[in-house]
Amino acid sequence: MSVETRISELTREGEAAIAAATTSAALEDVRVRFLGRRAELPNLLRGVAELPPEQRGAVGKAANQARRTLEAKLEERAGQLAAGELHARLEQDRIDVTLPADPLPAVGRLHLITQTRREIEDVFIGLGYNVAEGPEVENVYYNFDALNHDPTHPARAWTDTFYISQEVLLRTHTSPMQVRSMERQPPPIHIIVPGRVYRRDSDVTHTPQFHQIEGLAIDEGITLTDLKGTLLEFARAIFGPERVIRLRPHFFPFTEPSVEVDVSCFNCSGGVTASGERCGICKGTGWLEILGSGMVDPNVLLHVAGNGYDPEVVQGFAFGMGIERIAMLKHGVSDLRLFYDNDLRFLEQFP
Amino acid sequence: MRVPIDWLHEYCNPGLDASALAARLALTGTEVERIERHGVLAPEPFVTGLVLERDKHPDADRLSVCLVDLGDPTPAQIVCGAPNVAAGQTVGVARPGAVMPDGTKLKAAKLRGVESQGMVLSERELQISEDHTGIMVLEGAIAPGTPLQEVVPIATDVLVLEITPNRPDCLGIYGVAREVAAATGAELRAAPWEHDPGSPGPLEGIEITNEAGDELCPRFTARILDGVRIGPSPLWLKARLSAAGQRPISNVVDITNYVMLLTGQPMHAFDHARIAGARLNVRRARPGERLTTLDEQARTLDEAMVVIEDADGPTSLAGVMGGARSEVSDATTTVLSEVATWNGPNIHDTGLKLALRSEALARFEKQLQPEQALWAQAVATRLFIDLCGATVRPGTIDLGGPGPAPRTIRLRDARVTGLLGVSIPRERCRRLLETIGFTTADAEDGLDVTVPDFRRADVTREADLIEEVARLDGVENLPATLPARRSAVGRLTPRQRLRRRVEDALAAQGLHEVVGWSFAGPDLARRLRQSTLAAPVTLANPMSSEQSQLRTLLVGSLLDIAQRNRARGAEAIALFESGSVYHARAISAEALPEEPHHIGALLAGPVRPATWRDPRPPAADFYAAKGVLAALLGTLGLSWEVEPTAEVPFLHPGRAARVRVEGRDVGWVGEIHPSVAADWELDGTVAAFEIDLSALEPPAAAQFRDLVSFPPVHEDLAVIVAETVSATELLGVIRRAGAPLLQEVAVFDVYRDEARLGPGRKSVAVRLSYRAGDRTLNDEDVTRQRRRIIDALASELEGVIRAG
Ligand SMILES: [Zn+2]
Repeated sequence: MSVETRISELTREGEAAIAAATTSAALEDVRVRFLGRRAELPNLLRGVAELPPEQRGAVGKAANQARRTLEAKLEERAGQLAAGELHARLEQDRIDVTLPADPLPAVGRLHLITQTRREIEDVFIGLGYNVAEGPEVENVYYNFDALNHDPTHPARAWTDTFYISQEVLLRTHTSPMQVRSMERQPPPIHIIVPGRVYRRDSDVTHTPQFHQIEGLAIDEGITLTDLKGTLLEFARAIFGPERVIRLRPHFFPFTEPSVEVDVSCFNCSGGVTASGERCGICKGTGWLEILGSGMVDPNVLLHVAGNGYDPEVVQGFAFGMGIERIAMLKHGVSDLRLFYDNDLRFLEQFP
Repeated sequence: MRVPIDWLHEYCNPGLDASALAARLALTGTEVERIERHGVLAPEPFVTGLVLERDKHPDADRLSVCLVDLGDPTPAQIVCGAPNVAAGQTVGVARPGAVMPDGTKLKAAKLRGVESQGMVLSERELQISEDHTGIMVLEGAIAPGTPLQEVVPIATDVLVLEITPNRPDCLGIYGVAREVAAATGAELRAAPWEHDPGSPGPLEGIEITNEAGDELCPRFTARILDGVRIGPSPLWLKARLSAAGQRPISNVVDITNYVMLLTGQPMHAFDHARIAGARLNVRRARPGERLTTLDEQARTLDEAMVVIEDADGPTSLAGVMGGARSEVSDATTTVLSEVATWNGPNIHDTGLKLALRSEALARFEKQLQPEQALWAQAVATRLFIDLCGATVRPGTIDLGGPGPAPRTIRLRDARVTGLLGVSIPRERCRRLLETIGFTTADAEDGLDVTVPDFRRADVTREADLIEEVARLDGVENLPATLPARRSAVGRLTPRQRLRRRVEDALAAQGLHEVVGWSFAGPDLARRLRQSTLAAPVTLANPMSSEQSQLRTLLVGSLLDIAQRNRARGAEAIALFESGSVYHARAISAEALPEEPHHIGALLAGPVRPATWRDPRPPAADFYAAKGVLAALLGTLGLSWEVEPTAEVPFLHPGRAARVRVEGRDVGWVGEIHPSVAADWELDGTVAAFEIDLSALEPPAAAQFRDLVSFPPVHEDLAVIVAETVSATELLGVIRRAGAPLLQEVAVFDVYRDEARLGPGRKSVAVRLSYRAGDRTLNDEDVTRQRRRIIDALASELEGVIRAG
């Protein structure tokens, strides 16, 4: 039998064995049997040099050809077997996909007071206001005297206001920053003042500490209609673009005229809900009181007249609102005290 | 201020129901707190009846059986328990079906076996007075079956008004009527004091002096009424007083209350016979002087207070409360009617000092005007004559007289438009102002407006007039415009942005923000194992001891909130607060404290929720808190380090550190001392930190570094060092020796094994990253740098490299 015949025989045998192998291990045995160091075909290749020169070319070529053929078949078969075996292994590797997922990384929340404060700040920043902050422990002068409060104004009473001494108190509103800010900055001035304030009051609807945002805009020619326009923008930004506002005359010592501002109820139309019931949020009135405001009283400006605030030249408006009140209205929070209870089940509710 | 609608209607009746009127008043500046019903809800079942017969009840001694003509074809049989019922009386009767003011519904019923078809009414049952000694007997000839409401006011709505402090003129019914007229356009009837039956001039029979001076007592007036017959007031007056919230007592006392409610001016009736020496003097009290007021309390007075005295000493506390000695009694026949004007702030202070409130004080402290005194005298004189059969003695004592001449203020058209943003025609301004009692005259650029005496204190400037015009014109209809916003640019300051970033970073780490109380109690120091809090701010009038100071740190309220949540079943607690703390300055009590802004965080319980894959996650400890702190400071790009401390008394002494940012001490991080945690009922480890955000500078913009062109070389190193060598020391040595090629170094393992490493030794594995900014490093570079590091570790820390 010629060497070439043997080579084609080996090739056929090898191909058959490769096709017959059903596992990767069996295929490896086949590879060793036909192409391993001691297998016949590689030996034939190594023995080519000993052949007569005229045979070397043909035998070498045939043996190489056979080896490449078997290698290709081996590779192809190995791929088929591996895919099948992987599939079989994956079949065994089943999980219960209905078990709970891993929890998401915990995400904390900003307190609803902070969220609301930032939301209001951002509205007014957009309207050209800066955010000013001032001391919570304040002089009687800035809290009452400079804001045109009579010596007998009830808010001054020790039953209503926390005092540190005769001249120092816990601010009862964010309004003391009106005169403080005007002392620092000549007109025009456009600021809002968020912060904690304190009143000696503790019951279902009052906490001794709460938060306000004050607004102050002083320039030449600022009018009451400008106040209404500004607060309308604010009300729509916070409570929705359909809202309208209403001014009601009121009295505050440091504004003249003074108005309270109502926003049309977002829960009903004229006090009646979509289902025809009396609205519980506005108590059937169709209006929600959101803040107090007015044109800054000339007496307040006179305290800073030396810094450019001549009441015959500049004028403007001020307003003050409770952050908790805005948050309660907007989010339907029923009890003010929840803000200071800090129950996690409350805090988690406001993403 | 309670305003019974039917009383109001005597002076102004706009033809609106109570709620429509309330809505209108709200839009012109008078807030209506609520609307109440006084008396019966539906007056129809209440009629007059004529008692035809009265017989004893067969089975009950105290009951009688009456036949009462109610205007029906047959009289009604009514069982009555009142002792005073008698045949021939005209009485008020509630028919079956009537609903009484207390809500009970009357039914025909048998009383001890006898049918009763209604009820004969007492004054108390109709809320006319508190009299329940017998039935109400009506005077005069009244046809049986007449609706009772036509004879006696048994039902009225009451507006409960919130009168703002600038409007004491609205503390009387007539003042409110003036506002109602202006708000609705309805006619205002003449003031009840327009026809004064009294007369000016000298008054016989009393001598009055004012030693206190005009400042404290701007006006003091008196009249004398003779032939006064003390008795009950008529039903209409009792009903009005009751509806307005005053208890009827007797005609003279009721008249003084009625006059105050109508005019806003309080007054006092003395029994003339009991004024010792027939003289009164107004003077300052003597320090320590004592006076027994009408409420039978002995009061100790001071020099700032004002009394009225007679020859035997003080009889009343001016403007606040009468004394018992000169009160009218059943025996009174001559009344001295006293009406005075006092100094509002002085009365206010007296009330505060003596903790006294009264209707009179609530009016006087708002500063009434002297003219109001004679309003009250006129109305009172008329009533004493009509209701007590009195005659008025000629003359009126009047010390002080009316107030200063009225002020005239120019109201410029241009200013009205300039302030409001809309123009209100001059004629409309004139009409609005005149409806509330102002007088006007034309001026070149507007109106000259004269202020009525009762608005003297409130309206002093052009701006005040503009407010009056604006509120009556209707601010609810103003257009909305936006200011020109000359050079208004809004932005947060770098520090405000910094605070937002910090808060966001902590929330992103899974912490919930809380808002604690600014208040703290002196007990907090002891609970935090300190003798005192550092420089607390102390309140002079706290609401409670636990709220008597301001907090100097946040950790107290964080522990409080953690405790509350734990008690409610929360296992995992991760909280932070961003808020002020308060540090008193030593300089003086009047210096405002420092208010640094702190960030505090507290972690307790598992760091993540348990799941089926991770049923026992680790509990938060020092390193968890330090990790959150790292996230916070990392957000700001600040370099920082910690330094162990055992000096924070409320922290675990071995698990506590000061936090240093760029060399400055900004706070602490640590585990709460177990005994402190136990005091807050928190078991297990509680980790926390608190830093002073005010001490951190907002970072400068981060600068780009090229980390791509020349890649780093990483390698690991394990160093055996003594247990006492801290990670900070170790890394410090490595960093110094690794410069300039060493870019980063981090601990990734700490390993202890006494057998292999020796006692008191540990192996710390670190990962090193070398990089040069200008070339790719070769082996030689790295080897040289590593050699320096190893040498430094050996010489400075006796560190030995552990064979890989
Ligand atoms: Zn509504």
